[in-house]
Amino acid sequence: FPQASMMFAQCTRKCGSSVLLITLLCCILPPPAQASKSSEDIRCKCICPPYRNISGHIYNKNVSQKDCNCLHVVEPMPVPGNDVEAYCLLCECKYEERSTTTIKVIIIIYLSVVGALLLYMAFLVLVDPLIRKPDAYTQPLHNEEENEDARSLAAAPTPSGARANTVLERVEGAQQRWKRQVQEQRKTVFDRHKMLS
Amino acid sequence: MVNAGDMNGSGNLMDFLDEPFPDVGTYEDFHTIDWLREKSRDTDRHRKITNKSKESIWEFIKSLLDAWSGWVVMLLIGLLAGTLAGVIDLAVDWMTDLKEGVCLSAFWYSHEQCCWTSNETTFDDRDKCPQWQKWSELLVNQSEGASAYILNYFLYIMWALCFAFLAVSLVRVFAPYACGSGIPEIKTILSGFIIRGYLGKWTLLIKTVTLVLVVSSGLSLGKEGPLVHVACCCGNFFSSLFSKYSKNEGKRREVLSAAAAAGVSVAFGAPIGGVLFSLEEVSYYFPLKTLWRSFFAALVAAFTLRSINPFGNSRLVLFYVEYHTPWYMAELFPFILLGVFGGLWGTLFIRCNIAWCRRRKTTRLGKYPVLEVIVITAITAVIAYPNPYTRRSTSELISELFNDCGALESSQLCDYINDPNMTRPVDDIPDRPAGPGVYTAMWQLALALVFKIVITIFTFGMKIPSGLFIPSMAVGAMAGRMVGIGVEQLAYHHHDWIIFRNWCRPGADCVTPGLYAMVGAAACLGGVTRMTVSLVVIMFELTGGLEYIVPLMAAAVTSKWVADAFGKEGIYEAHIHLNGYPFLDVKDEFTHRTLATDVMRPRRGEAPLSVLTQDSMTVEDVETLIKETDYNGFPVVVSKDSERLIGFAQRRELILAIKNARQRQDGVVSNSIVYFTEDPPELPPNSPHPLKLRRILNLSPFTVTDHTPMETVVDIFRKLGLRQCLVTRSGRLLGIITKKDVLRHMAQMANQDPESIMFN
Repeated sequence: FPQASMMFAQCTRKCGSSVLLITLLCCILPPPAQASKSSEDIRCKCICPPYRNISGHIYNKNVSQKDCNCLHVVEPMPVPGNDVEAYCLLCECKYEERSTTTIKVIIIIYLSVVGALLLYMAFLVLVDPLIRKPDAYTQPLHNEEENEDARSLAAAPTPSGARANTVLERVEGAQQRWKRQVQEQRKTVFDRHKMLS
Repeated sequence: MVNAGDMNGSGNLMDFLDEPFPDVGTYEDFHTIDWLREKSRDTDRHRKITNKSKESIWEFIKSLLDAWSGWVVMLLIGLLAGTLAGVIDLAVDWMTDLKEGVCLSAFWYSHEQCCWTSNETTFDDRDKCPQWQKWSELLVNQSEGASAYILNYFLYIMWALCFAFLAVSLVRVFAPYACGSGIPEIKTILSGFIIRGYLGKWTLLIKTVTLVLVVSSGLSLGKEGPLVHVACCCGNFFSSLFSKYSKNEGKRREVLSAAAAAGVSVAFGAPIGGVLFSLEEVSYYFPLKTLWRSFFAALVAAFTLRSINPFGNSRLVLFYVEYHTPWYMAELFPFILLGVFGGLWGTLFIRCNIAWCRRRKTTRLGKYPVLEVIVITAITAVIAYPNPYTRRSTSELISELFNDCGALESSQLCDYINDPNMTRPVDDIPDRPAGPGVYTAMWQLALALVFKIVITIFTFGMKIPSGLFIPSMAVGAMAGRMVGIGVEQLAYHHHDWIIFRNWCRPGADCVTPGLYAMVGAAACLGGVTRMTVSLVVIMFELTGGLEYIVPLMAAAVTSKWVADAFGKEGIYEAHIHLNGYPFLDVKDEFTHRTLATDVMRPRRGEAPLSVLTQDSMTVEDVETLIKETDYNGFPVVVSKDSERLIGFAQRRELILAIKNARQRQDGVVSNSIVYFTEDPPELPPNSPHPLKLRRILNLSPFTVTDHTPMETVVDIFRKLGLRQCLVTRSGRLLGIITKKDVLRHMAQMANQDPESIMFN
């Protein structure tokens, strides 16, 4: 049934590339959702300025949000009982929370992505030209407005008949196509300054 | 269909590696879409689904899924945009601090995170803790002194250069479309232009990664514009998963409008502002359905970012302030002055930046993009390090400038002379005279202001992702804070002047310099981008203070008036003109009294119009016509004598149809007659099989008469999104007006260079 298989093939073509991205998404989203609050991750921070002859001080304590005020956090209280209210009016208390797991996961994922890109860039710039040299298949890109339409009218049929069979050859083909696209983009932006100047 | 024969039904997972076949309905790169056709295709599709849904339960469920797919796409866009924004914020936080030191207990903590649990922080040295050490402490075990300073300085510059070089190399090798702000190109794409690869997956990845690198390197740029591009890439990616959006370019642009709103929403923590920004600045057509969906996407994105919690205090943006001190009517005068400053700065920035970008485009400067980035980074790092206000990241600078000075602030800006007997609570401190720290801060801020004004002109437009919201806000905040401190000191020392006597008694808290910084930031941002409503909404969503709407509006309106007096274009429209994109702006007014006959092609003395006839041309004639000209379409007339118009045929579809016919249909040779009528024409016997091409003919092309005023023609092009329009007189075809002709004509009328419109 050609229609169904065509639809399935089109779907898998799109789904294949999106599976990767959705996997990445699933790797990133659960860690913040499941991050259990360790004792390091919440605090109530009270900053009290200098008062009479007492110097300024910062108090940290691991309390919940409703207990985050001067009376619960400032220990030991540096002023006698009748001055506590005046002292506490000057203090400013803030409840803060963070997720250390999220930070660790995100930074490490980011560094690994940058590392992978660096390696691939080194491969493309240094190793790839050495591999390709004996092949002598360097397609000089037609620069200006070649009449592609005339070519397509009169010329040979598209290479759809001889479809590469093995996965490796298909990956090769996809990579070559991608490199051509990037080269076109580079020409448009960097050389001809036609866009994004 | 065209590609039916090539699908052998093997359907592997690896099919996505193969090259996609060009469809009859798709468009070529750097062409404009046909809005009317996309709309009618969508209506057809919807009608087909509705009709089929009555057949069975499964079809009904499919129709429900189709209706809900729009909301699913919005949800996915919001999730991914929020996640990426959270990743960017956390990574920038860490890498910015990496230039100055490193956390020894866990290297992935930034300075603030490292000292979070420490007990050694004192009131005077709130930032110091033993776990986080500067590079000089780590390498040579000294933290003060000249050698430590020089080592820190040197390492700061080295890190900045390293990040910038890495960023520009990644852009150059993997995704050259990832440079720049992205908003001018997205505006053009949303108006119907096709730029293949601009919203692709590699562009998304590289833009995200390099945005972190360039913001951390200390360059004078922001991440808001690139975040809009990132969100639109997410929108493009998710819309390609559903055939409702992937096959219809018009519907896809609705999704992209909503994605742009989500991008601004996560950049500023302002969902409503994001929707208004998308409506005002970025989108071309914005139907009401898109409004509701954009709001949904913006909310989901903001909620996702909040759950990742990058700033540790459940706030979405680093500079969220929450004071509620009132402002006074007499303060409108300095606010309006700040508006004038914003307008003037906007004009100066746009003119200088466009001149510099034009120089980059046309002279040898453009041949060394990597070297340019490295030189600008070096200059920025060398000048920025000594001044404490430019050494830290621009977002932190804006946060400090927006904040009011309580009793607890320890920065130099808050070094006022305190009354030792004062026992007022934290948020009601009266105006005090400035201490020496404030005077130092003032001249440091002045130097920083001049530096930022100059360096941003050279930074925006380089071949790295760069936004300009944050630098504009920084310039405005610095100017505003200086004006605010000036007014505050004036009110304190001269509280018996008439102006101050009514509203500012000694011992009261009259002037809030932080508010002046906010108003200045809004004024400068408005002067550069010419945003109106969206700017005010973003600013008051940033601050949470509805009582400050009037000063913000006063400054925004003033800056827009002043800036419009010097030039009508904002920075994004100016970049669109510089690049020659075929963007027909809805904001331009066409007030000249030319007629359609003045603009149409062919002009007098030019070759006559290339037309196809309805049934008297052969396949070979058509192919020759296509080969010799490069027009995008051809009108079809009854015959060469009576030039009555039948319809319009697109070039691409002619090529594909003829190629198909030659390959598949029997008997079609070069001498076959091509006919566009319903029935084949009378042919002599033994003539080859004729080719019917009626299905590719557009039978309802738009026509105007030759005496239609150009004002109306421009309006038609804008409102309907046309690509070309035929000119007739008494039913006979006279000529054609294309969008490029309209743009060239408008450029000519505005005394600009009509040849700068480059794309077709």
